[in-house]
Amino acid sequence: MKKILAVDDSASMRQMVSFTLKKAGFDVTEAKDGNEALTIAKSNQFDAVISDVNMPGMDGITLIRELRGLPDYKFTPMLMLTTESGMDKKTEGKEAGATGWIVKPFNPEQLLAVMNKVIR
Amino acid sequence: MSIDLSQFFEVFFEESFEGLDIMEAELLALTPGTHDLETINTIFRAAHSIKGGSGTFGFTVVSNFTHVLETLLDQIRDGRRALEQQHIDLLLLSVDCLRDLLSALKAEEVPDEAVANKLKADFESILADGVCGEYAANESEDKPSSTQSSGWAIKFFPFPYLFKTGNEPLYMLHELEALGKLTITADLSHIPEFSKLVPDECHVGWDIELHGNIEKEQIEEIFEWVLDDCDFSLNPIGEVTPSAEVEDTKEESEPSIEPPAQVSEEKKETKPTPTQAAKAPSAVKKGETNSIRVAIDKVDSLINMVGELVITQAMLCQLAEREFDENNVNMLQEGLAQLSHNTRDLQESVMRIRMLPISFVFSRFPRLVRDISQKLNKKVELKLIGEQTELDKTVMEKLSDPMVHLVRNSLDHGLESPEARVAAGKDETGSVTLNAFHQGGNIVIEIIDDGAGLNSEKIRAKAIENHIISENEELSESEVHDLIFRPGFSTADEVSDISGRGVGMDVVRRNIQELNGSIEVNSVAGEGSTFRIRLPLTLAILDGQLVRVADHTYIIPLISIIESLQVDIEKVNNVGGSVEVLRLRDEYIPILRLYQLFKHENAITELEHGLLVVVETDNEKVGLLVDDLLAQQQVVIKSLENNYQRIEGISGATILGDGRVSLIVDIAGLIKLAGLKKPGKQGLSIDSLIQEMA
Repeated sequence: MKKILAVDDSASMRQMVSFTLKKAGFDVTEAKDGNEALTIAKSNQFDAVISDVNMPGMDGITLIRELRGLPDYKFTPMLMLTTESGMDKKTEGKEAGATGWIVKPFNPEQLLAVMNKVIR
Repeated sequence: MSIDLSQFFEVFFEESFEGLDIMEAELLALTPGTHDLETINTIFRAAHSIKGGSGTFGFTVVSNFTHVLETLLDQIRDGRRALEQQHIDLLLLSVDCLRDLLSALKAEEVPDEAVANKLKADFESILADGVCGEYAANESEDKPSSTQSSGWAIKFFPFPYLFKTGNEPLYMLHELEALGKLTITADLSHIPEFSKLVPDECHVGWDIELHGNIEKEQIEEIFEWVLDDCDFSLNPIGEVTPSAEVEDTKEESEPSIEPPAQVSEEKKETKPTPTQAAKAPSAVKKGETNSIRVAIDKVDSLINMVGELVITQAMLCQLAEREFDENNVNMLQEGLAQLSHNTRDLQESVMRIRMLPISFVFSRFPRLVRDISQKLNKKVELKLIGEQTELDKTVMEKLSDPMVHLVRNSLDHGLESPEARVAAGKDETGSVTLNAFHQGGNIVIEIIDDGAGLNSEKIRAKAIENHIISENEELSESEVHDLIFRPGFSTADEVSDISGRGVGMDVVRRNIQELNGSIEVNSVAGEGSTFRIRLPLTLAILDGQLVRVADHTYIIPLISIIESLQVDIEKVNNVGGSVEVLRLRDEYIPILRLYQLFKHENAITELEHGLLVVVETDNEKVGLLVDDLLAQQQVVIKSLENNYQRIEGISGATILGDGRVSLIVDIAGLIKLAGLKKPGKQGLSIDSLIQEMA
């Protein structure tokens, strides 16, 4: 079973992402911000990371940069959840090592379609 | 796969309301002209989460509105726009507006968008003002018309580092395959010599022909994430493309994958109208309960208790299986003692779950005080003390309105205008302090202002005018102050929209008494007033004194008992022919014979043979004649209204250890029932009777 780390400070979004991915057969671990995600990611190996950008503590871009620097996450797909107004964030995210992005608002089907682009 | 999004609504609403509270608190902390990045960031994040969630869950009214709000915040955050007072005011209004929108959506009603649209226009006029025109342009950008062709020639040559972005070219080719008939030719010309080969780099490119009726955007979407990480060209088959044009095509294609196009597309798909969205979760809504967040340590301690309880139960079971002898009796007693200990602990822990810090109530006051003081042109500093003091959730919910009323009163009537304060030699900024602390089994909440204090003369005059007291009635200072809690009393000369809208302090007192609490006021002219509310920590459990009247057991709340004594018949006087009073030290205590009030026979009727329980409520003392005192114990309060009907003089009932129902005495109600009222026109005035007597 593929393991995914889902990071979002909003509980409803996190639950939605996690529920959708679990239903599609992924093993999902949740984290509520970048710091928590980084700690979890260091002690577990994930096949993909999906993270919100705006979070208290460590934001999503920093998280992706930190993770990409780890040998275990050199090639791991990392997606960011962004909004239409955060376009410059996409570039910033790519520079930090993000694989791609999902634009909010999205629905469960779109989420799975995007996930399917990076792991299967 | 279909997923019912309505299952996440509850959490979404809860966190959105929390987010709004955070926004409000942080906005109040902002000062115009400063650039407090951390605070603005926090506000931005809260707004951003609400926008993201509402968009995802189909509440477009909310997400559209939050969008403009977020845009402004973004500009302020990036330093593109200076923070002004009007921004703060507008944002605060928006918080209110969002709260209304979300409440309506939560209640499955169609939200009223009038306010939202007005505020949105206000935001847009601010945004249109210089700085950020680019945004609006971006928004309205039309989706490029799609080009169609019978097939596409794609050239895709990733840069060597592509794998390190986490992208997998193979998956992209798979996706292309799903669109139509595919011919792929690998371009191996860039593979370096073996000795120079870096295994985690990509050196292969592909020339792809895709046949079928496929839109350009479909293909571009597949390569959306890697466009900057590869050489890419996309051309309709049949046209000869000079190599120079490859670059052009690439650049042309970029705008089409820019967000506006994509977003407008997605919006179409995910845009249920609010009513549709609201109808869907009806199943969830029916089962909706008020949720409560509990700290994990409380839950842990609960689990521990239950563990203990299970152990004790196992021990008792084991005992029951054995032959019974004297030795076992000791062990049985021990076990039962253990059991009662466990039960008490468990009860306490369960109660703690319902306890929340009073900051839940306090937190609404900074905003309230800010708004009111602006309206009144007064300078006010609000201090909050003891915000972590815990209180039962139900009590807390009912406490909120009376407190708002009291704070409004303090600001409106208590604090003077800055000029008057300076004239009185005070700091022009007045202070209002909310202080909460535990005292015994009670929570005490004080609302302290350093204003003008209560005007005894004015209160007295008003009370006489409103026929609450008679002209020649003599009252102590504190008794005069207490008059403000009497029904029909209001000192505000004119009705303002801040206080004095007919809802008087009597309502405040009644609300608090309904919670088994009390309120009193201490005031010093020129120095300020302190309103002190005293409430039980919980409504569910009461420390009670069991008393016997005839063959019935009643419960008197322990908190109201001052003392219990045997009556010295010589100190009892009969005033006015109907009321007996006992002289106790320097006071005269009216005696209420419970058996008379509750019409029981076979009770002790001679005062000297019974016991007198002296109780106090609202600074009034009365003695209750009972046959005997029984045990003291904690009782679980059951509502009479829910199970039977309201009875004057009785506040509730409980079930005793032997299974019998016992009624809990409501002291204030009893005093009313007995027709003792002081000092006032209705009923008998004990004070005046005593004066007559003396």
